[in-house]
Amino acid sequence: MIEVRSLVKRFGPKTVLRGLDFTVEQGEFVALLGPNGAGKTTFLRILSSLSRQSLGEVKIAGYHLPHQSAAVRRRLGVVSHLPLLYGDLSAEENLQFYGRMYGVPVLHDRIGTVLELVGLAARRRDLVRTFSRGMQQRLAIGRAILHDPDVLLLDEPHTGLDQDACEMLDDVLRQVAVRGRTVVMTSHDLARAQDLASRFDILTRGRIQASVRGADLASDGLLAFYRQTLESTAQPAREARPA
Amino acid sequence: MNQVTPFLRALGAVVWKDLAAEWRSREMLSAMLVFALLVILIFNFALELDPVGRANITAGILWVTFTFAGTLGLNRSMAVEKDRGCLDGLLLAPVDRTAIYFGKALGNWIFMLSVAVIVLPVYSILYNINLFQPGLLLVILLGSEGYVAVGTLLSTMSVQTRTRDILLPILLFPIVIPVVVAAVKASGNYLAGLEMAEIQPWLNLLIVYDVVFTAVSFMVFDAVVEE
Repeated sequence: MIEVRSLVKRFGPKTVLRGLDFTVEQGEFVALLGPNGAGKTTFLRILSSLSRQSLGEVKIAGYHLPHQSAAVRRRLGVVSHLPLLYGDLSAEENLQFYGRMYGVPVLHDRIGTVLELVGLAARRRDLVRTFSRGMQQRLAIGRAILHDPDVLLLDEPHTGLDQDACEMLDDVLRQVAVRGRTVVMTSHDLARAQDLASRFDILTRGRIQASVRGADLASDGLLAFYRQTLESTAQPAREARPA
Repeated sequence: MNQVTPFLRALGAVVWKDLAAEWRSREMLSAMLVFALLVILIFNFALELDPVGRANITAGILWVTFTFAGTLGLNRSMAVEKDRGCLDGLLLAPVDRTAIYFGKALGNWIFMLSVAVIVLPVYSILYNINLFQPGLLLVILLGSEGYVAVGTLLSTMSVQTRTRDILLPILLFPIVIPVVVAAVKASGNYLAGLEMAEIQPWLNLLIVYDVVFTAVSFMVFDAVVEE
């Protein structure tokens, strides 16, 4: 579903992604882990066509980026740590707006289904600015799946949520993922990632340095795997540093 | 036809969203209106002119008011999109991105004309001048279109910087000088009751400016919003 080959992204003299390779099969839920500044958000922005790669090939659902970006965007749902919602519109109006932008057929029925799914049907006429952060994030997932995309890209969706809100969000994400969607999620929360994803890729120093399937990990094995990967990739830099 | 329908649907959705959000908050329009009314009040008391003098400066005062109030609206309109990440939400939609530009520009144009609808009668009362002349209304339509066409594009650029509030006027005013000068001249000539032959060149300049800058904005908007 997602194929990335030799991806390079530069911002002026700074190279953020250095020949990154990444493949995701249909229906996989991949957690993309890594320290701050590793390039996770940059990578997701390239996948979502909001940013253009400097070099390399990106293919989603058979379409190339950036040249076929409209076709890719039709198949993508994106959730970031910002809700991408209008505070002065109600939940229903926000979904109406995005539904029109995506050309969703039978929009009224679809909005009802989505609001039920994210548990906000009772608040459909309330302004989004009156929602808690957790409710806004659930509505953001509703916005992202409104057009029934094949691929969901989640950029640290738990940021700023309390424990209860995180658990409610996870419930929604599980329901969304079991429908055969391909999901790529960046996160700093290893426990939550292990609970949701079926595969874990560690992105650091501009590349995917390691990948492991959930089935191959012990219940608390992700933290050890993550630390081991970061230490092994940091080693050459430390060795190269003068004493 | 298949290409046009999603384009118009997206354009309509953006306009509807801007109007609906503004109807709820009334933040942008009220700020523009209060500012515009304060400007004409200040001019009224600062320039104690005789009726002839007032008639001569009316066009200038009107366009200074529209220009500065318009900048407030342009900044606010794009800041709303940026602050909650909604600009990304718009750009993620599988539509021609120029539909987003035209939707935002049309919304801004409606807001600017709404300010004009309130300002004109107030100005007419304060300065005792009849501003409800078809020719002047046409100039306001053309002038504000050119202003909004450039302003929407530049506000999309400036909103992505930390100094967006001060950057927009610095970028915008030098580029809109031709449209403001033409609008002031055409408005002044209409109000002075001059012959059409003297007004026509300024109207032509306004039309050319509108066409050129709307076309340029149409062509470069996609590049402006892409990182």
